[in-house]
Amino acid sequence: MSLAAQSLSSLRRQLTAGEISPRDIIEDAVSQISARDGDIGAFISSEPETALTEADKADLSLPLGGLPIGIKDNINVQGSPCTCGSKFLSGAYTSPYDATVIKNLRAAGAIPFGRTNLDEFAMGSSTENSGIQLTQNPAAPGHIPGGSSGGSAAAVAGNFIPAALGSDTGGSIRQPASHCGVVGLKPSYGRVSRYGLVAFGSSLDQIGPLTHTVEDAALLLNAIAGVDPRDSTSLDAEIPDYTEGLDQGVAGMKLGLPKEYFTQGIDSQIRERVESAAKALEAQGAELVEISLPHTEYAIATYYIIAPAEASSNLSRFDGVRYGNRTENPRDMLSLYTDSREAGFGSEVKRRIILGTYVLSSGYHDAYYLRALKVRTLIKQDFVQAFEKVDAILTPVAPDAAPKMGAASGDPLKHYLADIFTISANLAGNCGISVPLEPVDGLPVGLQILGPHLGEQTILRCARAVEAL
Amino acid sequence: MADSSIDVRYVANLARINLSEEEVERFGSQLTGVMKHIEKLSEVDIEGIEPMSHANTTSNKVRPDEPVESLPAKGFLQNAPDQANGQLRVPKVVDA
Repeated sequence: MSLAAQSLSSLRRQLTAGEISPRDIIEDAVSQISARDGDIGAFISSEPETALTEADKADLSLPLGGLPIGIKDNINVQGSPCTCGSKFLSGAYTSPYDATVIKNLRAAGAIPFGRTNLDEFAMGSSTENSGIQLTQNPAAPGHIPGGSSGGSAAAVAGNFIPAALGSDTGGSIRQPASHCGVVGLKPSYGRVSRYGLVAFGSSLDQIGPLTHTVEDAALLLNAIAGVDPRDSTSLDAEIPDYTEGLDQGVAGMKLGLPKEYFTQGIDSQIRERVESAAKALEAQGAELVEISLPHTEYAIATYYIIAPAEASSNLSRFDGVRYGNRTENPRDMLSLYTDSREAGFGSEVKRRIILGTYVLSSGYHDAYYLRALKVRTLIKQDFVQAFEKVDAILTPVAPDAAPKMGAASGDPLKHYLADIFTISANLAGNCGISVPLEPVDGLPVGLQILGPHLGEQTILRCARAVEAL
Repeated sequence: MADSSIDVRYVANLARINLSEEEVERFGSQLTGVMKHIEKLSEVDIEGIEPMSHANTTSNKVRPDEPVESLPAKGFLQNAPDQANGQLRVPKVVDA
């Protein structure tokens, strides 16, 4: 098995035993990318020379010493281009600083390597909205990898890199992980600093790992979790060693199955996979409990008010003045803005900015935005009440396995409706993980395990039990 | 709630985005579908419910007011489309 195809924990053992060097891993990743990524399109860019220099200096005594991590191309890495999958920034932006997660990865000895493709500014669930390139699902060519962290999922599933970071605003780590057959963890809101992540929906965004194994997700979370003075929403909460107790199993755990998640247009084989995973956990001593999350049917509407509203505000910084590409020969200041934004943004980003601007505009703010914030409270209360009864919640990740490329083009609502199982965790601020189940007709399918706020240890332990089935 | 159609050109102007005729039409029909779905929220009884703008309840976090090193101006300006004298340059806004 090539080095890039192996788990972080396995590589770490070989590194500390002196069987391989950090340079070997980077060289393998570079050769895998140059041989095969032309067909997959997981990476937008990579800088082998920088990574090899860092590999030669790697401190193997550190927890992630010498291990390369792919980075979604909306996270700033000093000296490296950052496109956000947008023509606005492509060829025109080099990060002047490291995001806090990158600083933390470096402090743990890891080597950020390669920038992975995404839906433009993380808006989408297929990576087809990238303004740079398309990404194929390595497990099923011709099918989407999911999104928006589709490049990160494809980079790991395609065995180009042992692990990657993504960002999750409404499912953008968990859904591509499910579609590509890898593990994807969205930490609780505030667990990981967002400083240096290009903001989409600031009250929803979290950075998290996409990995081959649950143990690797725990290893990466150990490195990136923590409070940051540069992100006032990051939490000063204790950081446990997430790799501890992973194998304790699920005996005695109460696992909730929300009845609202098993009624709505879900593929029957996916439903069957999720239910049989639940039964297998029951056989190991977990107790299955039917629960209700009564406001589930309002989650999409709530999310598609709040996320575009925040995006319309966050993306106002892309104005052709501060950074990125500026329209040529603007007539005046106004046309500099309007023409730069017309040329720089793709359709989905424009649609969401317009939707967000509309729901915040005078006369509509209370009817839409304020109402959505109140329904968000109800959605969160559903989870608070559910987690009084159960330790974790089991659900599908997406209603269908990875569709063929282009299947939902021209119908954004169809894409939005497929986010139903993942977006509530972002609205409520909870953590969630996708862990692979047995594929359906050759297409990977994940189980989503949702936990309460800062309940990462519980969902990692449960995910480890599923992985071992 | 209001009706489901959005005056796309008006809103795009608020958002400072120029759109082609084709985009105005396409986004208009697509967003009408999205807004119809969004109207679902009018069913929910929100009487007495507090709005939730953030997942965490912490607010007004303060830190000691101590000077720390920040990014030099050069770092910010390296990505500017146009600059002069250490500042961002834009077309003339006022007549001298």
